[in-house]
Amino acid sequence: MANFFDIKARKAAAAEGSSKTPTTKQEPNRMQPWVEKYRPKTLADVTAQDHTIQILTRTLTSSNLPHMLFYGPPGTGKTSTILALAKQLYGPELMRSRVLELNASDERGISIIREKVKDFARQQLSAIPPGAAGKAYREKHPVPPFKIIVLDEADSMTQDAQTALRRTMEAYSRITRFCLVCNYVTRIIDPLASRCSKFRFKSLDGSSASARLEHIAEAEGVKLDEGAVDALVRCAEGDLRRAITFLQSAARLVGATVAVSAGKRKKKGEEEDAMDVDAIGGTVTVRIVEEIAGVVPDDVMARLVDAIRSPATGKKRGGVMYEKVAKVVEDLVADGWSATQVTGQLYEKILYDEMIEDKCKNRIVMVFSEADKRLVDGADEHLTILDLALRIGEILAGKG
Amino acid sequence: MALLVDKHRPRSLDDLTYHHGLSDRLRALAQSGDFPHLLVYGPSGAGKKTRITATLKELFGPGVEKIKIDARVFQTTTNRKLDFNIVSSVYHMEITPSDVGQYDRVVVQDLLKEVAQTQQVDLSARQRFKVVVINEADYLTRDAQAALRRTMEKYSPNLRLVLLANSTANIIAPIRSRTLLVRVAAPTEDEIVSVLTKVGTKERYDIVEGLNKRIAKESGRNLRKALLMLEAVYAQNENVSENTRIPPPDWEVVITQIADEIVAERTPAQILQTRAKLYDLLTHCIPPTIVLKTLTMKLVSKVDDELKPEIVKWSAFFEHRIRTGSKVIFHLEAFVAKFMRIMESHSMGLDF
Repeated sequence: MANFFDIKARKAAAAEGSSKTPTTKQEPNRMQPWVEKYRPKTLADVTAQDHTIQILTRTLTSSNLPHMLFYGPPGTGKTSTILALAKQLYGPELMRSRVLELNASDERGISIIREKVKDFARQQLSAIPPGAAGKAYREKHPVPPFKIIVLDEADSMTQDAQTALRRTMEAYSRITRFCLVCNYVTRIIDPLASRCSKFRFKSLDGSSASARLEHIAEAEGVKLDEGAVDALVRCAEGDLRRAITFLQSAARLVGATVAVSAGKRKKKGEEEDAMDVDAIGGTVTVRIVEEIAGVVPDDVMARLVDAIRSPATGKKRGGVMYEKVAKVVEDLVADGWSATQVTGQLYEKILYDEMIEDKCKNRIVMVFSEADKRLVDGADEHLTILDLALRIGEILAGKG
Repeated sequence: MALLVDKHRPRSLDDLTYHHGLSDRLRALAQSGDFPHLLVYGPSGAGKKTRITATLKELFGPGVEKIKIDARVFQTTTNRKLDFNIVSSVYHMEITPSDVGQYDRVVVQDLLKEVAQTQQVDLSARQRFKVVVINEADYLTRDAQAALRRTMEKYSPNLRLVLLANSTANIIAPIRSRTLLVRVAAPTEDEIVSVLTKVGTKERYDIVEGLNKRIAKESGRNLRKALLMLEAVYAQNENVSENTRIPPPDWEVVITQIADEIVAERTPAQILQTRAKLYDLLTHCIPPTIVLKTLTMKLVSKVDDELKPEIVKWSAFFEHRIRTGSKVIFHLEAFVAKFMRIMESHSMGLDF
């Protein structure tokens, strides 16, 4: 307890410890998804959630922690934050015995809450190793006198399971803290929400996400083409996990191609340079990123929009438009573009077009909503997109 | 005597005739040793399966071609017995979980766990993992997909999954983000023509350029269908010329008939007759979506331009109903009735 408040010394010690670990186990990491590999190790590493991190860092110094509720869109670092916090609080040795992580999407239901959670909650605290070793451990990690139970994806827990949690949370609050992680705070029942202090994780802004991606790319020796990072951020829509997965897939594709082509035939000049630098070192281009993300190329979308807006020619207008639209849609479907993706992109194109009146837009959004519902229900993609395109065309032409 | 489609199916990545960029990438993945989980999607007849089989050969060598068929019995939690067929070689396994309908979760969990927990015994094998190919992955239930999600992470050293699907719309996002998406586009008409010519030469058919072009157009960029059509044409005619009729499949003939009839006569009696034909189609296991889609396309080409969007609109509407509803015939008939009404109103100059 001697220097419990000496956070600076402890932080330095912890940083030293954590920076040592990755170098020793670099080799087996090769197959690991980068999302896991580059998960933030300390709170300071978490990107772009300044407010939350500030508050949580303060809790590191005091020995107390409230129950917590993290909410926000996917891929913004909720799980990473709580794991980093736990790691900093307990260190590697006590992590296992002091933290219980439950992924609610796999094992939910009232029986799990009653048995697993309750059992863990009432366990005695595991002891810190005695003697000098323990003291040294204490220097690095605060080890507060409570356990943490992390309930990931808590919004997919049933109402009953959540209700069962209410009393458990209070009864064992002396030695256990809960951390609920969810996407939609509205799906957490009020009694639970009011027992927790809430932290909102905001969607990542472009600059911090791209900084992180660049860092990873650098560490992995992946060459990024100009604009590729922007494309990654754009395709991932604020979800950093998705962006990193895309990056890894892209790197795999280009990296692998270069490695093979090195032996067989020489590709274009720029890639030769890349091979000298690193064994895996193709250049990730915007096109590759979009291909992996399944984004429909702009020119294809432009053709669709053109067809939809094709000029009205008197009474026969419907016919001309039909032939054109039908052709484009048929090609879209034959090329295997995902209908959901097409709907999404078409939506953006139409809605951000300032030449379209607001009154039209209102009606168009209704059409989109119905098409989306149909696709989710598993309706035929070809018919749905065709219908969507034709109806938008009608509305734009001021009919129907 | 195998069908042309099977006889001339390309066996290795080098034999594939189109999408060379994609073949190169697959080859690179197979040789890199870090083979990811794949989700291969594209329309039917685009060559997804062929491509994957070729990739597997690249991964494991010719051993994957020695396949056997196992019939396995699985037991559900409610003690129902499920018969299930597995096509497997020493290195890979191919399953179609949608065969067992809503019980697919049981099969997926049991089977994959079993595969994942056994390691590769053969020391001379090129890869340490086994590959499981899942056909029709877009028909997997949500439960089964959720079960896959954990398996994919937990057993990744011993197991790689290749999911084949027609569209990614029904695949849950967590699976999509764990797999490498591979899009296989349908071949263009020119590519189909070149394949037809190649196969024709091998079979020593008299090649007629114009006919091949027509087949390619008729097939709707579906290579399998095109090859079947080619075979049918040459099987039925001694001498093939530019204008030889391409025999359409039986069900298409019936649908064309229906379309003709309901355009010509729009009465309740006609609906009754149509019903018999629709039932006939359904009892022959023609999927209702295909019936509705083909019927729509036929009808659209016959009616006035002004009506086309309206017909497509209702077709999409009833197709959705077919998916969510339970009795298919209601919706098909409702579409027919709706079409008649639209036609009738239009001819009388009313607003529909």
